Amino acid sequence: MADPKIIGFLCNWCSYRGADTAGMARMKYPPHVKIVRVPCSGRISPELVLRTFREGADGVMVLGCHIGDCHYNTGNHRTAKRMPMLKKLLEYTGIDPRRLYINWVSAAEGEKFASVITEFTETMRSLPPMSEVMQAEVMQSEVMR
Amino acid sequence: MTEEVRIGVYVCHCGSNIAGTVDVEEVARWAGHLPNVVSSRDYKFMCSSLGQEMIEKDIKEMGVNRVVVASCTPHLHEPTYRNALARAGLNPYFFEMANIREQVSWVTSDPVEATKKAEALVAAAVGRVAWHQALEPLFVPIEPSVLIVGGGVTGIQSALEIADAGYHVYMVEREPSIGGHMAQLDKTFPTLDCSACILTPKMFNVGNHKNVTLMTWSEVEKVDGYIGNFTVTIRKRARYIDEALCTGCGVCQEKCPKRVVDDVFEAGVGRRKAVYRPFPQAVPNYPVIDRANCTFFLKGTCKACEKFCPTGAIKFDQQDEIVTVKVGNIILATGWDLFDARRMPQYGYGRLPNVFSSMEFERLSNAAGPTGGKIVLRDGVSVPKSVGIIHCVGSRDKNYNNYCSAICCMQSLKFAHLVHEKTGAQVHNFYIDIRTPAKAYDEFYQRILEEGTIFIRGKVAEVTDTGRTPEEEGKLIVQVDDSLAGRQRRIPLDMVILSAGLEPRHDAKEVAIKFGISCSADRWFMEKHPKLDPVATMTDGVFVAGACQGPKDIPASVAQGSAAAARVLSIIGQKEIEIDAATAIVDETSCVGCKECIASCPYQAIEFLEDKGKAYVREALCKGCGTCVGTCLSKSIALKHFTDQQLVSEMIGAMTAMKMFEQAQTEVA
Repeated sequence: MADPKIIGFLCNWCSYRGADTAGMARMKYPPHVKIVRVPCSGRISPELVLRTFREGADGVMVLGCHIGDCHYNTGNHRTAKRMPMLKKLLEYTGIDPRRLYINWVSAAEGEKFASVITEFTETMRSLPPMSEVMQAEVMQSEVMR
Repeated sequence: MTEEVRIGVYVCHCGSNIAGTVDVEEVARWAGHLPNVVSSRDYKFMCSSLGQEMIEKDIKEMGVNRVVVASCTPHLHEPTYRNALARAGLNPYFFEMANIREQVSWVTSDPVEATKKAEALVAAAVGRVAWHQALEPLFVPIEPSVLIVGGGVTGIQSALEIADAGYHVYMVEREPSIGGHMAQLDKTFPTLDCSACILTPKMFNVGNHKNVTLMTWSEVEKVDGYIGNFTVTIRKRARYIDEALCTGCGVCQEKCPKRVVDDVFEAGVGRRKAVYRPFPQAVPNYPVIDRANCTFFLKGTCKACEKFCPTGAIKFDQQDEIVTVKVGNIILATGWDLFDARRMPQYGYGRLPNVFSSMEFERLSNAAGPTGGKIVLRDGVSVPKSVGIIHCVGSRDKNYNNYCSAICCMQSLKFAHLVHEKTGAQVHNFYIDIRTPAKAYDEFYQRILEEGTIFIRGKVAEVTDTGRTPEEEGKLIVQVDDSLAGRQRRIPLDMVILSAGLEPRHDAKEVAIKFGISCSADRWFMEKHPKLDPVATMTDGVFVAGACQGPKDIPASVAQGSAAAARVLSIIGQKEIEIDAATAIVDETSCVGCKECIASCPYQAIEFLEDKGKAYVREALCKGCGTCVGTCLSKSIALKHFTDQQLVSEMIGAMTAMKMFEQAQTEVA
């Protein structure tokens, strides 16, 4: 398929700095993930993720501090509960739940950052583009009508 | 948006760091066509004064009122550019950065892909910045007192710098006395001056300083608050000694019938009593009763110490005390643990009696140690005639620690000198590389070479007591791959010293979590920037100094102790501190009063206004994480500078660019 379009929401303190660490170490990874910085992964509301899919994103990544490591102590506890629920909702609405990816990357884990980006990009490449999926949904609902 | 948005985009070459991969001119040209962009330029170094002046000039002359700089990570230069905006009279929050270095040029091999990604990130920033709002920073007063955790040489240095400047220091130390590892050492390299002689005056000064509150045998339980306003809860463990009555005469220690091996200060080679102070120059000089070994606590009888104490200072019913202090800044100087050489069974430590760890050797060689400074074998009498010193034990070894422990080479050279001087024994040093990169260090190495120490370059395979020849009988045999001679060698010796490496404290991770900082992959505390901000952390007001941040020798630790103190003093000198204006705010028109946000807030910064039935954010307590925003079901809380509008516009900016590139590609195909 064509290049996947992916948005990554990264917390400012761990994961965004993990991306910086990967950069400083000149680790190469695919360019398809565009990062949006948020203070804490707890800031990422379900609506923000849904809106991103609506804009045609093939995948959304949510990366935060490891549990216990959160710059705001417990902000990411909410993420850990919220995002798996959102995955179920996505599945219910017909979006492959693999399109939403959640993981914890610390500021020191540049290597992990590069590998999760590579891995997720490959997974998204193996799925049909979101635009086709949405097209199919629209056609099906018209047939049913 | 009432006023017209006029965006300026500035693309940095960063020399060839960005321009070597990304077509920066193309990015600037492309960005010029994005909505609301009135000026789009590229420049060699945007962070230079000329680069910043370029932005200021556009603000003043072209009416640019929103600025996007596409360069490095905002963690590096966001403050630089915000200041440039402020100088030109623009609110510093009308700024956004696109990270096209760490996220693009340094991580993308293909220049075409890299340029496209850079363009998408610029489009995202342009989309976002259009919705930025002017914010006014909040100022809060700074509590001038400082907490220092760890009373080793680093913490002592920090404490004296700050206390001498006239501010109050609370020093918390886990052990009964301050002094740390340095108090255990015999001589210090490369000058060979006596460690205690140079340290104890400083310890005394800390113990007697009018501006220092010393809490030993204590640990920090909890830390609340933020820079300028920390509340720290400290547990003062019961010493079973009334500090007000104790004169430090030492009679209790003399009369106590229970002797135990001292694993901490004497590194296991010496003994102490159940009531003890670790060493004669201990600060404070009150002893503690070791509850786990005290006969009274174990069997209910004895109380010899109580009987003989002339001032009645023994208090068996003493309880732990919880103390709460208010401080504005915190310095962590928690130090290191010695690598446990038992983890390398091939070297026989703990199994072969005459294999010693480096700290055991320090205590043997120390005139105040258990042998009175005599270097003898484990039997306590025999003087070794041949000694081997193995470098890099547990360091530079992928099975244990990858890093170099930084002190072992110099320490091993020092050991060679001490053995030579005190026993006249033949000394073999087994090394991988000799690393002596500091003032007067290599000269010390040359001196040891001239003293006749034999240096064998190679990794030691094993230390064994199984002799193969008559001359190996009854000896320790070091099997080594001599990489300069190119052959395996077996060297029979009387004594082997393992120069064990430095490791992060066993509880470094828990301590990091307690103080809200991070650890690097090998568990050392993580600094804000490895080169330019080595003592600050990502948590404002919490600093790290000395070996808790990575292996360091005494001069480097002391330098960091002073550096951390200087950083703290510069903050105290500001009297009040600017806290980020990016806080949350409730829209009372739509808030339904469900209180979900109150439960989600990690700082109890949200209260419920009973009269209105609405939530209310107390700005001074809000740290701006936005967890409440993600939680609010009625979308009634906004986080300033990270509003839905701003984040969605940023996302749409990136998505639109990506869709454009996709379409262009399809058309070509």
